[in-house]
Amino acid sequence: MNFSVLEAYQGAILGGLGTTIYICALSIALGLVLGLAIELVRQELPWMRMPCRIYVEFFRGSPILIQIFLIYYAGPHFGLLLSPVTAGVVGLSLYGAAYYAEIFRSGFEAVPKGQIEAAECLGISPSRVLWRIKLPQMTALVLPPLVNQSIILIKDSAVLSVITVPELTKQTSKIINETFTIAEPLLVLALLYWALVEGLSRLGRFLETRMNRHITSSAGRTS
Amino acid sequence: MSSAFEFEVVLTSLPTLLKGAGVTLGISMASIALGLVVGMLVCLCRISDRKLLSWPAAVFISALRGIPILVLLLIVFYMLPLVGIGIPPIMAAILSMSLNSGAFQAEIYRGGFLSIPRGQAEAARALGMSESRILWRILIPQVMNKVAPSLTNELIMLLKNSSLASSITVVELLRTSQQIVSNTYRPTELYLTAALLYILMSIAISVVSDTARRKFYHGGRVTA
Repeated sequence: MNFSVLEAYQGAILGGLGTTIYICALSIALGLVLGLAIELVRQELPWMRMPCRIYVEFFRGSPILIQIFLIYYAGPHFGLLLSPVTAGVVGLSLYGAAYYAEIFRSGFEAVPKGQIEAAECLGISPSRVLWRIKLPQMTALVLPPLVNQSIILIKDSAVLSVITVPELTKQTSKIINETFTIAEPLLVLALLYWALVEGLSRLGRFLETRMNRHITSSAGRTS
Repeated sequence: MSSAFEFEVVLTSLPTLLKGAGVTLGISMASIALGLVVGMLVCLCRISDRKLLSWPAAVFISALRGIPILVLLLIVFYMLPLVGIGIPPIMAAILSMSLNSGAFQAEIYRGGFLSIPRGQAEAARALGMSESRILWRILIPQVMNKVAPSLTNELIMLLKNSSLASSITVVELLRTSQQIVSNTYRPTELYLTAALLYILMSIAISVVSDTARRKFYHGGRVTA
């Protein structure tokens, strides 16, 4: 093992790591917004249920790599010319949103019906019910699966290397091709992903304990 | 490049696509089976009281779940030849996917083992049953029943992840469609068809596993 080869490529690796983090952060944020929007739309508009269901089944049932190919290679046939990075962010967001929507659904289902009925009786507006009653309660509940799904999304972002997005995996394969060293770059690559994923899961556990503490104390259940 | 859909190309290439789908299904099945062996062994080490066994197992699980499958594929595909082991791409794909799946399955089985009341093993020990008999006759049958739905999910995940094998030149469903696309320039129709085939296969897997569970489940209650 000779890791000194990598010294010259520090910039490329760190740049790739930066791109991976940037793409993932953007895709997670967009995916969460879109996922919540999908869930709200199918709750409020019965006729949108079928289209939403087809969307969710398609993006959960097919491999992310095919979805990326459809956006990047089939998109231009429909006048949709995207740069690799944009195509990657769009693909990951659409893919993540399908999973996030299902997580939000289970979260909404867990909020007791009686509370919403009570709020309606008190004349609280639907949007207030959503923002003040449903969302705060389900956030603590859906946080662990959301973190899990985001970790999966980070790992799946490696497939963007196939459409030449200059993220971590792509940069590393470039180093392999230029230096003909294989083992060292790949091991560093694996370690970086592992660190990224471990870091996020620790952050998730930290948020979880904080949030649960808040929920129990505000509900007055702590002795 | 005309923008109209042209599904004739799908019809003519369907036999080739189906052959690719067969390879995809084969890789996934082989990986889940190998992953079962890996996962069960790692799980037994993980829940062992001996630190020397449980600690490496915990690291294995954390690492293999933290590394993207694509990266694992590259590691297995490029690094095995370095140590003098040359294996065909399809074997590299099955090997890396079963290692990855093994880590996920180990956690699934751990959940299964933890859900079985301790009293059962204690009672068996009191009756003088050997440890291996307790494992094979009491614990594992119950664990397998409990984890069947999670294993079905894992198989569907593997099915979708097997598309990554295309990047190390395994000619499975996705690579087959890529090859046809490069001849026909019809990415929309072919990739959509491939996506539909993946969806159909995952539906088929969950239907088959549901039916099998209903048919072969003996005793106890089915926890769906």
